[in-house]
Amino acid sequence: MTATRETRTSAPAPIPEPGGSSKPERRESQGFWARLRRDHPVLLLALPGIAVVIVFQYVALGGNVIAFQDYQPYLGIGRSLWVGFENFAILFSGDPEFLRALSNTLYITLLQTIFVFPAPIILALLLNSLVSNKVKQAVQSVLYLPHFLSWVIVVAVFQQMLGGAGMINNFLRSHGWDTVDIIGNPDAFYALITSQVIWKDTGWATILFLAVLSQIDRSLYEASAMDGATRWRQIWHVTLPGMKPIIVLLLILKLGDSLSVGFEQLLLQQQAVGRDVSEVLDTYVYNNGVIGGAWGVSAAVGLVKGLVGLVLVLVANKIAHVLGEEGVYRA
Amino acid sequence: MSTTVAPRRRKAGTGTLIDGVPRPGRVENVVKTIVLTIACALVILPFVGIISTSLAPAEQVNTAGGFVLLPEGIDLTAYASILTGGVVTRALLISAGVTAVGTVLSLTLTAMLGWALSRRQTIGNRQLLLLVLVSLLFNPGIIPSYLVVQQLGMLDTLWAIIVPTSVSAFNVIVVRAFFVGLPQEVMDSARIDGAGEWKLFWYMGLPLARPVLAVVGLFYGVGYWNAFFNAMLYLSDSALWPLQLVLRTYVVDGTQLGAQDLGAEMSLPPQTTIQMAILVISIIPILIVYPFLQRHFAKGMLTGAVKG
Repeated sequence: MTATRETRTSAPAPIPEPGGSSKPERRESQGFWARLRRDHPVLLLALPGIAVVIVFQYVALGGNVIAFQDYQPYLGIGRSLWVGFENFAILFSGDPEFLRALSNTLYITLLQTIFVFPAPIILALLLNSLVSNKVKQAVQSVLYLPHFLSWVIVVAVFQQMLGGAGMINNFLRSHGWDTVDIIGNPDAFYALITSQVIWKDTGWATILFLAVLSQIDRSLYEASAMDGATRWRQIWHVTLPGMKPIIVLLLILKLGDSLSVGFEQLLLQQQAVGRDVSEVLDTYVYNNGVIGGAWGVSAAVGLVKGLVGLVLVLVANKIAHVLGEEGVYRA
Repeated sequence: MSTTVAPRRRKAGTGTLIDGVPRPGRVENVVKTIVLTIACALVILPFVGIISTSLAPAEQVNTAGGFVLLPEGIDLTAYASILTGGVVTRALLISAGVTAVGTVLSLTLTAMLGWALSRRQTIGNRQLLLLVLVSLLFNPGIIPSYLVVQQLGMLDTLWAIIVPTSVSAFNVIVVRAFFVGLPQEVMDSARIDGAGEWKLFWYMGLPLARPVLAVVGLFYGVGYWNAFFNAMLYLSDSALWPLQLVLRTYVVDGTQLGAQDLGAEMSLPPQTTIQMAILVISIIPILIVYPFLQRHFAKGMLTGAVKG
């Protein structure tokens, strides 16, 4: 959203800028080399940062050509054999490992859309309804914290709490009760990873919703109260409609991301729970490509995954426009 | 709270509205208090348990079967055993070094690029801006990124976990938005006084941008400290492992830490205690910068994004 607004506001470049050169009206008449001479200090300042972006984003993107090669690390891109679309056959051949990764990915995305996505909306409404600002800020500072912890730490914390020798089971054992088997149990795995995401990011994700909530016109509340609306009616008729654009926008972005779920989070727990339930497309690419040496096939899967994600965003954005929403951008 | 019995419908003008919203009823307040207390407890209690266990004396941990909520005394043996040399100490130093070098590098590149992109009338400005913005839309993928790092000869060097993530396009945009928002009259007067581009950047831009650079720097720092996957992908030599990888091996995967790993000559405390101590030292830096982050993030990041 930031991105697109940026392009739009900065698009009309020839407007005489404040803070431009001291003689902006003569700028257009200057030749390319003269402008280059004048602006070279600015370009030098941009150079190192731009170089990093070009090399690690754009050049790296070009590395996807190995999806069309029988890539061998010791030959490199230059001398590896070109095989056309052969590597993409795995997408259609019904390869069980690929299908397992695909179905796990889609299932986890579905779970996250149902259980993780609404959590910060509900929490933001709850925080927003607090009368005391002090309480609100105190709760916020506690609930934002887990966002800044790495996945390694979050997974470790959950293990220490819920594992066989963890805090909960210790407590249960010391009271002579039955213990719960959660860590390393494939049946509980999806519930576990869903709660990890909720624990880590729900608080932080409220920031955006709270910002939107503070923008809603107070007179709408006054007017609805005048008409006798209760608190609940106000949420339904004023607050939620005010949040609709941001909810739609985040759903679109979520859809674009629907093929990438919790890569680090899942990779960290694969050893404990096994690949049957924890293999997703990203871990599949890593395990088969970097670890297993099937570079070309894995790159093909990764490439298709990226393209599908891009198409999903474009389509969802179109649908949002048809439904009369702002969406992520307008072309 | 209203003291009268709450009527189902309220009329405006009775003094019960706050910003146009009727005051919450008693039941609602009780429910909200319970929900928020539980939510906060779910975040705080694990930390209490982890810190307590790391400090608890060995006998208590052994009788409790691995976990304690309140230590009976303070015993720093676990910390002494991991901080006096060996894999954890080395990883801690590596993480601290990578975070320091990475943050300085990131801030330098981001400030320079953000400044350059804010000079909207310079040649190629739109194209460069577009280049940065479009890079937000895609991720090259694990394997292509690996190939680039490999081609640059960075595999198994610490540069591999610093350079590829050193410029965040989002942070560049935030810094640029700040520079664009600066009063241009000040810049113009400095220019009339004969200040060149570098002088302007160094003596005007950077000092003015200190608040936004502080926020961006904190986010970079947290990112470097927490980085896990890149280290796993690019560093096969375990002598280069940062703390997060050590944490994964010895805490998440539960590999036993022996005396030879720690270079310690003392008898070791229980594994759980050592694990909790490793966990604590990896969390402490985050807890230290968190108040600063918190003071700035809502303000800094949101204004950056809104101004965009």
